[in-house]
Amino acid sequence: MDLQDRLTSGDSRALARFLTLAENNDPEAARIIKELYSRTGNAYVIGVTGPPGAGKSTLTDKLTKKLRQKGKTVGIIAVDPTSPFTGGALLGDRIRMQDLFTDPGVFIRSMGTRGHLGGLSRATQSAVKAMDIFGKDFIFIETVGVGQSEVDIVKTADTVVMVMVPGLGDDIQAIKAGIMEIGDVFAINKSDRDGADKTKIELEMMLDFSEKKDWRPPIHNVVATTDAGVEELLECIFKHRDYLMDSGEFKKRRYRNTREELINLVKERVLELILKDTGREYNIDDLVSRVLSKQIDIYSAAEEVLGKISG
Amino acid sequence: MPDNETANRTKQEKKEWEETRIAKLLAKKPERKDTFVTGSNAEVNRLYTIADIENLDYLEDLGFPGEYPFTRGVQPTMYRGKLWTMRQYAGFATAEESNKRYKYLLEQGQTGLSVAFDLPTQIGYDSDHPLSEGEVGKVGVAIDSLKDMEILFDGIPLDKVSTSMTINAPAAVLLAMYIAVAEKQGVSADKLNGTIQNDILKEYIARGTYIFPTEPSMRLITNIFEYCSKEVPKWNTISISGYHIREAGSTASQEVAFTLADGIAYVEAAVKAGLEIDDFAPRLSFFFNAHNDLLEEVAKFRAARRLWAKIMKERFGAKDPRSMMMRFHTQTGGSTLTAQQPDNNIVRVAIQTLAAVLGGTQSLHTNSRDEALALPTEESVRIALRTQQIVAYESGVAETIDPLAGSYYIEAMTDRIEKEAMDYIKKIDELGGAPRAIDKGYVQKEIQDSAYKYQMEIEAGKRIVVGLNKFQIKEEPPKGLLKVDPSVGELQKKKLLELRSGRDNADTFDKLQSLKKAAQGDSNLMPYILDAVRAYATLGEICGVLREVFGEYNQSVIL
Amino acid sequence: MDRPIRVLVAKPGLDGHDRGAKVIARALRDAGMEVIYTGLRQTPEQIVEAAIQEDVDVVAMSILSGAHNHLFPKVVSLLREKGADDILVVGGGVIPDDDIPGLKEAGIAEIFTPGTPTSKAIEFIKANIKRLA
Repeated sequence: MDLQDRLTSGDSRALARFLTLAENNDPEAARIIKELYSRTGNAYVIGVTGPPGAGKSTLTDKLTKKLRQKGKTVGIIAVDPTSPFTGGALLGDRIRMQDLFTDPGVFIRSMGTRGHLGGLSRATQSAVKAMDIFGKDFIFIETVGVGQSEVDIVKTADTVVMVMVPGLGDDIQAIKAGIMEIGDVFAINKSDRDGADKTKIELEMMLDFSEKKDWRPPIHNVVATTDAGVEELLECIFKHRDYLMDSGEFKKRRYRNTREELINLVKERVLELILKDTGREYNIDDLVSRVLSKQIDIYSAAEEVLGKISG
Repeated sequence: MPDNETANRTKQEKKEWEETRIAKLLAKKPERKDTFVTGSNAEVNRLYTIADIENLDYLEDLGFPGEYPFTRGVQPTMYRGKLWTMRQYAGFATAEESNKRYKYLLEQGQTGLSVAFDLPTQIGYDSDHPLSEGEVGKVGVAIDSLKDMEILFDGIPLDKVSTSMTINAPAAVLLAMYIAVAEKQGVSADKLNGTIQNDILKEYIARGTYIFPTEPSMRLITNIFEYCSKEVPKWNTISISGYHIREAGSTASQEVAFTLADGIAYVEAAVKAGLEIDDFAPRLSFFFNAHNDLLEEVAKFRAARRLWAKIMKERFGAKDPRSMMMRFHTQTGGSTLTAQQPDNNIVRVAIQTLAAVLGGTQSLHTNSRDEALALPTEESVRIALRTQQIVAYESGVAETIDPLAGSYYIEAMTDRIEKEAMDYIKKIDELGGAPRAIDKGYVQKEIQDSAYKYQMEIEAGKRIVVGLNKFQIKEEPPKGLLKVDPSVGELQKKKLLELRSGRDNADTFDKLQSLKKAAQGDSNLMPYILDAVRAYATLGEICGVLREVFGEYNQSVIL
Repeated sequence: MDRPIRVLVAKPGLDGHDRGAKVIARALRDAGMEVIYTGLRQTPEQIVEAAIQEDVDVVAMSILSGAHNHLFPKVVSLLREKGADDILVVGGGVIPDDDIPGLKEAGIAEIFTPGTPTSKAIEFIKANIKRLA
């Protein structure tokens, strides 16, 4: 059986191997997705984001266990940063999910960002599709969470859970610009600690000031380590899903996300074409030199490149 | 201490010496290295003078032994009164075998027992638990129930020996078993002497044998404090341990800082639980590592003592001087031993023994030369003990108190370590205290960074370890290493089967249910644990009930 | 395209001494590898499942408790059972020389005892991964 057949027949080694191909940007991965594209779109995708140390992995672990109790299968994609200097990465999200390793209904994959910005790895979207094809009912994507703009998650997930912890103080201020738009559901983790109420009030206030929408993100207290509030959080996620479905927002989101993904894919391919100088009539580095020596201005240079590839 | 004029003149003269005579010499013949550092990477000056201790106030900073701030030692006459306790950590496979080893060590002149438990025991699993597979009896004795404990101490009068037990997460259970064995010997709890390690925070930081989350763990610890202050008054209820923090790769200053920060957390928890500081603080004891940088280690012990005294007095308002006294056990540094040319380890251990003794330790375990290879053989254990005896009886260092005090280098370094530790403690306070800082992975990350740096220095040849990255020889694999009999696991399983069929199971179950109820409430758990132990509930059953109520700790790692 | 080598660094068994595991994890990362660290107290089953899902090239395990003769071979045989014998398995820790031949026979490619420089482990992995880069 080839990889494609093994993938659709539920062989987890095949899924694992596919993800490697996708991460390595192997054309075989694209080919398989092309073949199986009609089977995508069934899994519900939940993004889990928030600052480092907020407990994203622990919460993902607990939510997964709840879903498993309900008989649902789960895929988890956990993204950690790749070192820009060595290209290496330490991927440690599994530490918090040890109980799930041997559950046949759960598949976990750790990924390095490999130079991609925006909080996810470049292969995340292919990975989601593969897990979807594989038959997972729910897919969690855990973002890097280094406080940088975690914008990608909105374009990939159906529901984004923003995990906060009490006592972040200034951190909330620093990231609030981004988080209000990103979070569909807020979880205040470790809420048995001092300051949980204060954090909740602060978040409510920020929501009051942000643009009014039909869905006001609920703010939910949880203590992931003891499982307190996790069931209710899952209910919240389901409620958000129902809202998306009933309001037609789900279709709009998927449309928006697919459009975004398509545009990105095109961008990426165009860029590849430009940067791959084999068989081209121009060389990007020559162009740069010409711009620098003022033989040509930068706009004309750009037009020249586009002219070549569109021609 | 020195008058300003002398200090200033010395400073000037030293500057001139370095800029003229030394500079000239260096131009011709440079020193071995550009910078010199301690074993913990602190920079070391060429020469220390009176100017380096110009702010030292003898009475305030050093004082007299047995008196605040205890820099010079905790007893007024130190080793002139009584030598330190020579205590070798040992525990082998089965209770029967360990019992034999204890009797042998007592005959050899050892003055205290130290029990090592196997990992399943330390993590609260019975020998027949799936996770115990392959681990039973490996790093210490397997204890599943009071039955094993009775065998372990058979023929050893518990009112005559002091016993140190390296047990943390299930410390309450093992202590209860010890009390129950004593009862059977007709020895009442108030006659018992010994120590349980009972230091969960360093398990989260460095050693890894945790069970429950932080809060219930802290509750168990304060329950023990409270129970012992009334029922087992001579028992050392905790041994706040820097040993494993150092083994995990920390520097000397970090060892002091993180250990004391843990100590502060325990004191705060006990005070919060309503205990009077002077009721429990005198029973707190500490446990440190002794490494190869002899002088830095001596300074470390002195700095730790002084800093703890200040913390107890100033931060917690202790009144009883015994509350301010840092008594500590020391073990020589396991991670300093090399698998290469293992006999060299005897020399390392001798230097470390000197460090511990010159630093004023109350008790000492010396590692055996073959510990980087396997569990030590009887012969190796004897050499390790003899090393202590040679330092005690032949070296002369035990004949006067704190003999290195007043050395410019030692005093300057004592100040430095105290200051560096204090800075860390401040940082940990800002993070919300040790449990929170550990939860955030901060403490672990600091240690990891030091460990990684150290390893890279060795690999780059910047740091020399004899026999490891210099002076290597071609070696034959060592012979005669101790092997644990793999059948121990089966034997323990068989014993468990017999136990479960021989005891009054209804009674055992009742006692476990009472314990569960108590755990759900907030009463002191010690009496309930004792009842369960007396009814021959197994360690795994007791910890299992507590796991149900408390949940389990999740490791915090910042990579 | 130059793909990073993926390594699972695992601590089987109950011992909690992870200094060595963390140092090697970091050294491998600094050598440009993607290191999946799974934390303490791993059963062989957990290690094998993680290795398969992560599609790693190497499983590197560290044990200091003396349970290596039981746990290391178990991981290799489970990997074989799952058809994942193209994964290179290496081990480290306090392991007596006498035990090493048996472990190698059981399929552990190399054993790194105390004092082994991390650079040696890195070289070994680079030279011996079974899957083509």
